[in-house]
Amino acid sequence: MQIELQQIHKRFGDVHVLQGIDLKVDAGTIHGLVGENGAGKSTLMKILTGYLSRSSGEILIEGRRADYTNPAAAAGLGIGMLYQEPQDFPPLTVLDNFIVGRDSHPDNDRGRQQQRLSELGAQVHFQLNGSSILGSLTVGERQQLEFLRLLGRNARLLILDEPTTGISDRQKERLFTALRLIRDQGRTILLVSHKLEEIAALCDRVTILRHGRVAGEETAPFHIPRLLELMFDQAPESFLQTDRHLPGERLICFENVSASGERTGLKACSCRIYQGEVVGLAGLSGSGQGLFLRLAAALQQPLQGSIRFHDSPLAGQDHRAVRKMGGCFLPANRLEEGLITGFSLVDHFTLARGCSRNDAWTEATAAISRFNIRATPNSPAESLSGGNQQRLLLSLIPETASLVLLENPTRGLDVASAKWVWDYLRGHFRNQGALIFSSAELEEIMAVADRILVFFDGRVVRDLPIDQVDYQDVASAMTGN
Amino acid sequence: MKRHLFDTLLILTISLLFTSLLVTVVGASPADAFHHLLNGSFGSWSKFSRVLNVWIPLTLCSLGLLYAFRTGLWNIGVEGQMLLGAIGTAGVMRLGVDSASPLLFLLLALISGALLGALWALLAGWLKTRGGVHEIFAGLGLNFVAMGIILWLIFGPWKRPGIASMSGTEPFPRELWFPTLEGWRVSPFALTLAVTGILFTAWILNHSRFGLKLKAVGHNPRAVPLYGLSAQTYMLIAIVISGALAGLAGGLQVSSIYHRLIPAISSGYGYLGLLVVMLANFKLLPIPFIALFFAALNVGSIQLPMMMQLDSSLSGVIQGACVLSALLVFGLRRLKAGAKS
Repeated sequence: MQIELQQIHKRFGDVHVLQGIDLKVDAGTIHGLVGENGAGKSTLMKILTGYLSRSSGEILIEGRRADYTNPAAAAGLGIGMLYQEPQDFPPLTVLDNFIVGRDSHPDNDRGRQQQRLSELGAQVHFQLNGSSILGSLTVGERQQLEFLRLLGRNARLLILDEPTTGISDRQKERLFTALRLIRDQGRTILLVSHKLEEIAALCDRVTILRHGRVAGEETAPFHIPRLLELMFDQAPESFLQTDRHLPGERLICFENVSASGERTGLKACSCRIYQGEVVGLAGLSGSGQGLFLRLAAALQQPLQGSIRFHDSPLAGQDHRAVRKMGGCFLPANRLEEGLITGFSLVDHFTLARGCSRNDAWTEATAAISRFNIRATPNSPAESLSGGNQQRLLLSLIPETASLVLLENPTRGLDVASAKWVWDYLRGHFRNQGALIFSSAELEEIMAVADRILVFFDGRVVRDLPIDQVDYQDVASAMTGN
Repeated sequence: MKRHLFDTLLILTISLLFTSLLVTVVGASPADAFHHLLNGSFGSWSKFSRVLNVWIPLTLCSLGLLYAFRTGLWNIGVEGQMLLGAIGTAGVMRLGVDSASPLLFLLLALISGALLGALWALLAGWLKTRGGVHEIFAGLGLNFVAMGIILWLIFGPWKRPGIASMSGTEPFPRELWFPTLEGWRVSPFALTLAVTGILFTAWILNHSRFGLKLKAVGHNPRAVPLYGLSAQTYMLIAIVISGALAGLAGGLQVSSIYHRLIPAISSGYGYLGLLVVMLANFKLLPIPFIALFFAALNVGSIQLPMMMQLDSSLSGVIQGACVLSALLVFGLRRLKAGAKS
């Protein structure tokens, strides 16, 4: 099936996420869609599958306008999506899951359904035991079942979102073989991935998105550095910082730390961070950076290895201990993890400082003018905009903090606010301690950090002083090259 | 403020209409029924003082529940905590029989009741924070265990000489009755205790830093570690306060109402307290008034079987109808607010 997108725009409030996307995918091809975080890939996929409506633009299927407004209608037109996280029912058996997914073919004869499952499996060389409990299967096997469900529903356009995350190399090979097989049957595949070598191995054509626009289209065979160049902005000409310095004493120290969480966990991470350093954690989202920050804050305990802060081990301690020694953590989900809904600025200061309401009022008033928070001392946290919530969180960091851990600290802030935030953080905390932050934007890390740790799949794959960083090298390390 | 008044009137109207319908269906006159209810509770000082005797433990239980709710916990275990409070109080009072200073023993007995109630709540809290058992299941389970203990005591170690019966243990001598004034059925001391409880709770929950912390835990347990607080510790403290107040209520039932331990010593005030707090929309201010309304219904309905051959469970029907219509009204408000945003 041939599908064509014409001038797709999507706005969320003031944010213009997709700015006129044109994309044509021919029948019987595998088409890749790549771009860094926030480039607009997910939004575009959600529009294609009917989960989101577009602000403007056209979708043509086989040259005809298709106006569907919900996922069921999209599925009816033959559009199927394989999600990164399997959308299934782990307590049920494989066969039960297969039957649930085929509600357009109501057939309660389990024998016939089992036969259909085996036939579909045989077509693409997947072998699944219908009576196994789904929850006992690997992610790769669950994905295979989902794939078969889509085939069983006669999906003619398959959209795959990061299909190789969390599956074994063998399963990956099988999936790729299956994808080539069904392409040769005439089905159309749209593959969304960060992993450029996979895109290169599989796709006939690739569209690169950047900042909500099409940055380019390439046809196989691909030249990976060319793709990287299109994916990422050029490295900034000059860095903001000029003042290099010698790090002071050891502040926090990871030794062979492994932990579970996020998508990938953290695997055998060792590193030392010194006083006076500003360390940027780079990587595709969910590669272990957030976990690293939460481990350092003792909000989570490692499975293995040890973490020492100011030379005292954090094993068995919670965040209160880190806080007492001058550690501080600002989460990316400001309202979910950082602030308390229904609580005013004064309430937050009362809690954070452990002071009287009068003192908290004075502090809140001072913070409003110093941090330029657009709110009154009595405004509830949830009434603040994202940027103002971040300013409030920043203003709550104790003056004496020696380790400030920040998760995507400038997410959602405009350029001027982001600059203000960094001027404040670097000016204030770098002399008395260290700053560790994660960011989805490599440019930001290059601009403000002294040192970069690059995460891929739960491992630190680069640990470099910023002046020794080769932009292309880091960009490709982030995607596992 | 106007909206609150409107909501309250709406809730009352819905529940009165529903109850009237029910009373009509069973062939009685709703007007008569409400008249008897009113007369039975506010008809005389003696009747009203009986209402106050229900109001005191009900208010204490409701206040206790409010602490737990502030941290997001459903302390269904108040009922059992009340029973344990009654046991603790009765236990100490047994020691005080024939003592030279009965007042001292009364005081100790109440403290012991509060402590045992607190301990029982701590158990539910530990099951929740350490064992991952949901507090509703822990509380409910402990309620049954508490009932078992009380029955065992009444039919076992504390049975009346010669006979063991559901009517309870041997009554305590008059010296161990909670002191009242001449002509009063209600103890002014118990009344003072309840009023003090209300004022203290108002200050703690709405004006102290401790209350703010409890609220923070209830609003966003994920964020509180960042403020140097342990959500679990504050949950435990809240549920322990909850248990102590319920235990105190149980102790008052023994020392100032029944003067002995009976199986139904809690009179179901723990569960009724949950209804009070829900009807109050988890706020403090309405609690004393709703508790008074519920207490009046409980006392007033005692006359119904005699005067109208209606079962006294009518009070329960009205209470239930109130809470359900309140939840309905609150729910509709939320839906409307949600639709707007």
